[in-house]
Amino acid sequence: MELHHQKHHQTYVNNLNAALSAHVSATQTNDVSALIGLQQKIRFNGGGHINHSLFWKNLAPPNTPGNDISSAAPTLREAIVSQWGSESAFVKAFNTLLLSLQGSGWGWLVSTGGPRGRLEIITTKDQDPIVGPDVPVFGVDMWEHAYYLQVSMKTLYLCSNTLTENDIKYLNNKAGYVDGIWNIINWAEAEKRYTAGVESLLKL
Amino acid sequence: MAALLSNSARVALRSGASATPKAAGVAGLTFARGKATLPDLSYDYGALEPSISGKIMELHHKNHHNTYVTSYNNAMEQLQEAQAKNDISAQIALKPAVNFHGGGHLNHSLFWENLAPKNAGGGEPPSGALFKAIDSTYGSLDEFQNKMNTALAGIQGSGWAWLVKDKQTGQIGIRTYANQDPVVGQFVPLLGIDAWEHAYYLQYQNRKAEYFKAIWEVINWKAVEKRFS
Repeated sequence: MELHHQKHHQTYVNNLNAALSAHVSATQTNDVSALIGLQQKIRFNGGGHINHSLFWKNLAPPNTPGNDISSAAPTLREAIVSQWGSESAFVKAFNTLLLSLQGSGWGWLVSTGGPRGRLEIITTKDQDPIVGPDVPVFGVDMWEHAYYLQVSMKTLYLCSNTLTENDIKYLNNKAGYVDGIWNIINWAEAEKRYTAGVESLLKL
Repeated sequence: MAALLSNSARVALRSGASATPKAAGVAGLTFARGKATLPDLSYDYGALEPSISGKIMELHHKNHHNTYVTSYNNAMEQLQEAQAKNDISAQIALKPAVNFHGGGHLNHSLFWENLAPKNAGGGEPPSGALFKAIDSTYGSLDEFQNKMNTALAGIQGSGWAWLVKDKQTGQIGIRTYANQDPVVGQFVPLLGIDAWEHAYYLQYQNRKAEYFKAIWEVINWKAVEKRFS
């Protein structure tokens, strides 16, 4: 988490700021080709900034009040159950889609068209953000940097010499990460976004 | 601790990566009864240190590459069933899986051959026709490496950068590919560098520029020359 926040997210912020100032200069000089050339940089780094900002907020430590879907997200839970039949069917559908992602990207629960809309599970590639009228209820980072160090970081903290073959296998265990993420979803934040949207979060 | 880990891992896995490679085809692809199989490496997992750690090599080969092999075989099996049933929509739906997992298998098979320990020629600069092509296209080997590293650093998300040869013109060039898209069609893959996070993250974390710099120490230019000629 530390690397993810201090290094990766910070890099997106720095690169976005650089792209935005280049954009200002290009606007002043009416340099249309430079403006077009900057679009992808803004999309990637701006998306990285937005996605990570949303991600930190939609996580909560395990076994905290925000982590309990029934009490923290009654409206959202009802919508989920009415669409997928049960919480567990929803989790299964979400996990399946996330694990089918090829390359880097994100998995999202999206409220289509605005708050309290039809729910949809989607993936986006690289750092493409959810924009427009759709509301990102919560997102799960499926870049390898989000889960690859899980075991080695834990081992570093414990300063232990007890890493086993089993731990080594776990390093590229995407499925383990996807299963584990449900223990730290901040359902209180998800409920807020589902019922009221995220507009204020996305301002820089 | 790191030394302990990689040592035990290497001992445990040496049987899986013997120092004597099986007969390798042009792209090092091996098959058994029509199925793709994981190729052996011609060097130990730890032999590319310090450029690439033994732990990365082990996970990358035994887990990541192997998953592409298994998933590609699964996709091909489903494709054969769909073909037998003349199910066109199922065949089309399988295309991304074939591209991704087949591409992953191709790319990694080429990548392992692109690498060599220093005591087996890793990092020794190219010679002959390939050297001339690089020199006349980029001015120098250093300049080519700078350009390749810039291309690698510019990849947004997962992907590869390749030195390729254009089949139409014979010219060489640098191209980047998303995810596991393989070099096929107009271009011939000469030298590929994996820019997926799994290729460097355990050792370099987010300092990927350091990985791109260090990998040149273990590039097997002899293999690149063979593909070029």
